[in-house]
Amino acid sequence: MPMNSRKKGGVPLAAVPMYIWTLLLVAIPLIYIVGLSFLTKAQTWGVDLNFTLDSYRKLFTPSYLKVFGQSLYVAVITTIAALAIGYPFAYFTSRLPKRARSLVLMLIIVPFWTNSLVRIYGWMILLRSQGVINGLLISLGVIDSPLKLLYNFGAVMVGMVYALIPFMILSIYNSCEKIDWSLVEAARDLGATRMRAFWSVTVPLTMPGIMAGCVLVFIPSVGLFFISDLLGGAKTMLLGNLIKNELLVARNWPMGAALSVAMLLMTLGIITLYKRMAGDKELEGLL
Amino acid sequence: MAETILKLENIIKHFGENTALKSISLEVARGEFLTLLGPSGCGKTTTLRIIAGLESPDGGRVLLEGQDVTNLEPNRRSVNTVFQSYALFPHMNVEQNIGYGLRLKKLPKQEIAQRVQEMLELVQLQGFERRMPDQLSGGQRQRVAIARALVNSPDVLLLDEPLGALDLQLRRQMQQELKGMQKKLGITFIYITHDQEEAMNMSDRIGIMNAGEIVQLGTPDSIYERPNSRFAAGFIGQCNIADATVLAEENGLLRLRLGEGEVLASGSARPGNTGALCVRPERVRYSLSETGGFALDGTIREYSYTGGTLRTTIVADGGVQFLVTDLGEDDERLAVGTRVHIYWDPKKAVLVESGANADE
Repeated sequence: MPMNSRKKGGVPLAAVPMYIWTLLLVAIPLIYIVGLSFLTKAQTWGVDLNFTLDSYRKLFTPSYLKVFGQSLYVAVITTIAALAIGYPFAYFTSRLPKRARSLVLMLIIVPFWTNSLVRIYGWMILLRSQGVINGLLISLGVIDSPLKLLYNFGAVMVGMVYALIPFMILSIYNSCEKIDWSLVEAARDLGATRMRAFWSVTVPLTMPGIMAGCVLVFIPSVGLFFISDLLGGAKTMLLGNLIKNELLVARNWPMGAALSVAMLLMTLGIITLYKRMAGDKELEGLL
Repeated sequence: MAETILKLENIIKHFGENTALKSISLEVARGEFLTLLGPSGCGKTTTLRIIAGLESPDGGRVLLEGQDVTNLEPNRRSVNTVFQSYALFPHMNVEQNIGYGLRLKKLPKQEIAQRVQEMLELVQLQGFERRMPDQLSGGQRQRVAIARALVNSPDVLLLDEPLGALDLQLRRQMQQELKGMQKKLGITFIYITHDQEEAMNMSDRIGIMNAGEIVQLGTPDSIYERPNSRFAAGFIGQCNIADATVLAEENGLLRLRLGEGEVLASGSARPGNTGALCVRPERVRYSLSETGGFALDGTIREYSYTGGTLRTTIVADGGVQFLVTDLGEDDERLAVGTRVHIYWDPKKAVLVESGANADE
């Protein structure tokens, strides 16, 4: 009986295509990248089959470490900003009447239907010197000459938070929606002020959503490269940019592969940490 | 009666188009066990939430210890609630749950620990300090919820159907324990239930609520023996309720026309008025010879014996059906179909909702 095979710990027949799929699209490329990272860059094009740890050694040189540091810094700031904006947004959305709630969630999800690159170009139109925001401020007489809004760190942050905040909002919303509000009432009844009830009951109960949201924002923000390219004018070098450069510009495939592996390990480390702290399987379907 | 600790004055509450509370006025004495009893949707929970401050009334005042607390936040009222769902904090263990209110008051750690221990003893949960709520049974959660609310020594403890989720046996036991705790601590309890037996067992007074109003307020005995409305009579215990017309007043009693017969009952009404006669099944007698001064005859329709109680259904002439309960001690039951006289002690039957236009 095929139904029983699962109970005995065997592989159900229906899962076989999924395993082939995973093998082709995840395992093989991963093995390829890991293998590549231990090879030597060829003089002209591609790699020579000489085993070396040179690429990994180079990771620990100051110029590369600086990029790691910068990436982590951007990721941390992005995550904190997304949390600071996303939490109240998700919290109040979950308390809206049902119809308004669906509408707000719809508005969060709709931008996903458009290419994210296109949406970042949209930000360029808003932020540039002759852009919408400067134009508006000048015509209102608030400023005389255009502000420099584009091609700086702030613009990168705006773009990062903009691109990733839906993950934060949806994760926290999901937690807020599950809250039994009678618990907050119980806290109030037992003598807690609104603030105290929020910090001692609402926040702990939405912690799974906060954690999931932070992981879902933090991890992609380490690797996103086109935002800092477009909005930062390629001045802010992040891990994603570096990997792209090594692979496509410098044509140093082993170095790009080593950087990718390092980033993967870092990400895995964060997820492991998260799982240990959260102690549940909330993210398993997502990552 | 002792001094008033809580007073509700003409409390009104609307939810959108619906009127949840029409005009609730109520005085509760210090140390009293008052039960609000009514069907679901009658407004009893809303009343409780207004007392707790979790809902604000659209009209009227709430006075606690003589102070107007109508607009006071829930955390600033010396009132605590045992919620229907218990509402234990799932991320805190038993000790932390019970100590929550004391930690908010910033009491010294030692004192908190000591008072939590006292509470654990009171609700017999010593040794459960470190358990999380999801590691407790329903009855144990209930005890934690009670302890958490009582630890603050509130002026008034509100209990919203606290035993509703427990099985019958545990519920009976908890009724006893709650009553015991209440007496021991001398704290005023306002208790909500839709279970009339629970209300009768535990309460000093019962307020019967229906459709946003308190229809009758009194001791369990007085409510049972002298209901003031069809609703109150029907909601507590079983009751024979029948339309009747007042014929005359005789020696402080009413002579009523009931179907094709004439009966006596207490109540105040004028000849010509109509109303509802309420008489409890255990008060009704029937006999082949005795009439009790009544002129009401009927036919025995059926018997049913339910362990300890014999239930006899008699149809009086004119169609009114009477349920009669007794211990079934007579050796020979009268055969079904036997014609009998029906009567009762007129002081134990009451005419309610009487008026000239009672039909409207």
